[in-house]
Amino acid sequence: MPVMSYIQAITTALKEEMQRDENVFILGEDVGKKGGVFRATDGLYETFNEARVLDTPLAESAIVGVGIGAAMYGLRPVAEIQFADFIMPAVNQIISEAAKIRYRSNNDWNVPMTIRAPYGGGVHGALYHSQSVEAVFANQPGLKIVMPSTPYDVKGLLKAAIRDNDPVLFFEHKRAYRLLKGEVPEEDYVLPIGKADVKREGTDITVITYGLCVHFALQAAEKLAEEGIEAHILDLRTVYPLDKEAIIEAAKKTGKILLITEDNKEGSIIGEVAAIIAEHCLFDLDAPIRRLAGPDIPSMPYAPTMEKFFMINPDKVEKAMRELAEF
Amino acid sequence: MTTKRHRDLGLTDEQVLEIYRIMLLARKIDERMWLLNRAGKIPFVISCQGQEAAQVGAAFALDRKKDYVAPYYRDMGVVLAFGMTSTELMLSGFAKAEDPNSGGRQMPGHFGQKKNQILTGSSPVTTQLPHAVGVALAAKMKNDPIVSFVTLGEGSSNQGDFHEGLNFAGVHKLPVITMVENNKYAISVPIEKQIASKTVADRAKSYGMPGITVDGNDPLAVYKAVKEARERALNGDGPTLIEAITYRLTAHSSDDDDRLYRKSDEIDEARKNDSMITFNKYLKDTGILTETIEKQINDEIIQEVNQATDYAENAPYAQPEDALKHVYEE
Amino acid sequence: MVVEKINMPQLGESVTEGTITSWLVKAGDKINKYDPIAEVMTDKVNAEVPSSYTGTIKELVAQEGDTIAVGELMCYIETETSNQQTSLENSQAEEKGIEEQNDSTLEKDQSMKKRYSPAVLKMAQEHQIDLEHVTGTGKAGRITRKDLEKLIAKGKNQSTSESVSVSATSKANSAISEPTTRQQPTAYSGDVEIPVTGVRKAIAQNMVRSKQEIPHAWMTVEVDVTDLVRLRNNIKNSFKQKEGYGLTFFAFFVKAVAQALKEFPQLNSTWREDKIIQRKDINVSIAVAKEQELFVPVIHHADDKSIKGIAKAIQELAVKTRSGKLTADDMKGGTFTVNNTGSFGSIHSMGVINHPQAAILQVESIVKRPVIINDMFAARDMVNLCLSLDHRVLDGLVCGQFLARVKELLENMNEETVNIY
Repeated sequence: MPVMSYIQAITTALKEEMQRDENVFILGEDVGKKGGVFRATDGLYETFNEARVLDTPLAESAIVGVGIGAAMYGLRPVAEIQFADFIMPAVNQIISEAAKIRYRSNNDWNVPMTIRAPYGGGVHGALYHSQSVEAVFANQPGLKIVMPSTPYDVKGLLKAAIRDNDPVLFFEHKRAYRLLKGEVPEEDYVLPIGKADVKREGTDITVITYGLCVHFALQAAEKLAEEGIEAHILDLRTVYPLDKEAIIEAAKKTGKILLITEDNKEGSIIGEVAAIIAEHCLFDLDAPIRRLAGPDIPSMPYAPTMEKFFMINPDKVEKAMRELAEF
Repeated sequence: MTTKRHRDLGLTDEQVLEIYRIMLLARKIDERMWLLNRAGKIPFVISCQGQEAAQVGAAFALDRKKDYVAPYYRDMGVVLAFGMTSTELMLSGFAKAEDPNSGGRQMPGHFGQKKNQILTGSSPVTTQLPHAVGVALAAKMKNDPIVSFVTLGEGSSNQGDFHEGLNFAGVHKLPVITMVENNKYAISVPIEKQIASKTVADRAKSYGMPGITVDGNDPLAVYKAVKEARERALNGDGPTLIEAITYRLTAHSSDDDDRLYRKSDEIDEARKNDSMITFNKYLKDTGILTETIEKQINDEIIQEVNQATDYAENAPYAQPEDALKHVYEE
Repeated sequence: MVVEKINMPQLGESVTEGTITSWLVKAGDKINKYDPIAEVMTDKVNAEVPSSYTGTIKELVAQEGDTIAVGELMCYIETETSNQQTSLENSQAEEKGIEEQNDSTLEKDQSMKKRYSPAVLKMAQEHQIDLEHVTGTGKAGRITRKDLEKLIAKGKNQSTSESVSVSATSKANSAISEPTTRQQPTAYSGDVEIPVTGVRKAIAQNMVRSKQEIPHAWMTVEVDVTDLVRLRNNIKNSFKQKEGYGLTFFAFFVKAVAQALKEFPQLNSTWREDKIIQRKDINVSIAVAKEQELFVPVIHHADDKSIKGIAKAIQELAVKTRSGKLTADDMKGGTFTVNNTGSFGSIHSMGVINHPQAAILQVESIVKRPVIINDMFAARDMVNLCLSLDHRVLDGLVCGQFLARVKELLENMNEETVNIY
């Protein structure tokens, strides 16, 4: 089985889907000749030409809005927003339009569109190249938000997103692009959107997280295992709508739950996860639900000291996990 | 007898009579909706009155079987011309389950009907413009010989989506026709306070497309402008911006009191140019609309509106828990 | 002819009332559906209100200048036929139906009776409330925080209204821990009511205390005592003749336990919140039943005694118990209990720990059973030893080792290894 990086898995999924279905096309800024600022669409322009790998004017609302129109016509656009931080001009199109079109038309119209955007910090990206924006969209029924953590999940979930008949936001951790490598089957496969995945079995504490933080948790878990602490790790994979069953099952498994996000703490995805656990697992809890998240400041500063302070890392995760295990 | 201008445009007598009939039908449905609102039977009305000529004239210049439209909330004339029925519009007014636009989910005026190529619309203005551009992009990619047609008000031409969408269409030379129905008011704010350029059409220049201003009270003038725009689009010459000058004869909506911001003289003056009068006169002057035909049309329309009202009023609402349906594909 | 009402319509979102600026009709006027009947002014719009019916105006109820709420009566109109708003009424009726259904689905089950919330557990601990005896008012019998708050408040009220010589807090606590605050089972005709006094009461209190305070866990091992049975059967008659009292199996078991306790002092200990006290002396309490009562006298320094010594102590304590001559000293200082449940024919049981000890061992009946040895069936004398342990003090590992040791000692008791004296 070939080993590839997180970003190669993205390119592979895009390429295979474009080969499979001529209705799939890419639009965004610098996605064409340049192959994307992170090179996620590398080589696609050469393979599929300009008609299917479209460099758009620098206008995010148009990228999404035009995508919605094309999707309603029957195509399967994959729109790239260069940085998740720059999705804000398109929020009206995503929330007022894409999310509501099926509902407001009583199932007459739908928007089979994928919007990809790199998110996350730890790359010296400062305030506007580091944000986690999922919580902005995570109370918008009609949208699905996928945030994969491994190259294997990337390929299966991006394919699923492109084939989905509803709009999917696909957030890719930009630090994971070249940091994470893993085995990815050559054959065609899709993974179910809306299903969380147990990344490690354990009996002492449960960690529920997503994206890059899954790896921090896995690293910390290996260290703690040497001390006899076995962590159960659930990767949400889809952060909206949440896989409630899997969350409840994972929480009940140990009764000690640590929730991790790189986003600011208040109002983040894990707050909702905590609420689900609080609603369903009162009699299974053995400790207060713990949250490890970024501080409640507007975004990640540029200076390395402050950036490090903001970011989640394996040490912070390990400390939080140990504390919970000892509770 | 007046010259039959419509013949020069390639329209038959029957076609112009049909344009008139649909304009009048839109007007009568709209008037009925106001009465129903004032009688407390429907919560909200937003009107097409004063803009029917531009709407129906434009629709007739399109291929109503194939072209896509992204109408805005006043476009009752457009959707009637594209095949939505009086009953369907009334069902929407009463928010009943059978409403094809939204099954009673949206306010009236939020059109959408896939079988008639009418894209679904929302309340935040101008969001439909990039959608029409997207349809044009998709059609171009698929080599489908169609155009998309999008309308909006002049106030909405200030939104980013207007500029982003038109620029996108201009850069990629897409077959999309944008018609701004300039009715002089964005709720209470007059055009001078809305737009710095002399006309809305002036804005087209920035986006590399022709910008044309036409008399929106004349369905034939609008027909001509849209027809030419469509030909350019199908020839690969890209998009067109058309500004149809109209006048909003009613308050912004059933919730608005327009006496707060405009004088009744102004409305009285505008009523003299109401296309219902001027186009009626044209058809009579050209001998197409006889007294007999007029009476027949009026009677048929009144009957149609009454039947539509009764049907919609008595139709069932959606079940409460139907609110849960169709968030995602089921 | 039907008289219909025309009510104030809602003219505009968020509008709640309208003022009739002028009536456009008067009583007796014939009007058509949608003809205007009045001019109405609201916060948002000024509008002509049309009639919803064709007919004759019967009475103008509201006057010009009146401000009336949306939905209130403006005027009456006589019509030919009534205009039923069937669809609306239907849907309202259906909504009602759904609500009623919801009301009737409540059931009386007690499945949540023992699901204690953290808040309830905390209050129960702080106020020494035995939750077993509290009636829950929550769903499916769950005890709510409110239930306990009421119980505590009740206790305090009682104390303040009673004798001043009792301090408020202690009285409140005792009120709660005593059964007066519990919901009492009722005795029906034919039932016998037996007053609870003396030893029975002490037993009850000790048992409750033990179960309430000590988190019990259980473990059972099976021991092959075939050799021991042979040994004891061979010598029991001569022993009786020689000593004047019987040599029971129980003495052997107590001996083995005392020896194992020496090696595993963890089981010979007691919980004291901030520390665990391991006892130096091995004083084995043994349960002795007497009619309706149960006593647990103590074999002091059991580890120092021979099997004969233990047998003698058991004999003496049993006699004293049955004749009511047990002294306070006989009952004091137990560090571990061995309970001869086998004497009742029991083969498995879960003992309640003798507070404040850390464990109790139940010695069950010795039963002849087929056992596979070397792939062949053999008839063996088997016995179950059931241990209850205080999980605060003890864990499975040490208890498993302890039981394994007891088992080893017992299985190796035979004529060659055992010295009765």
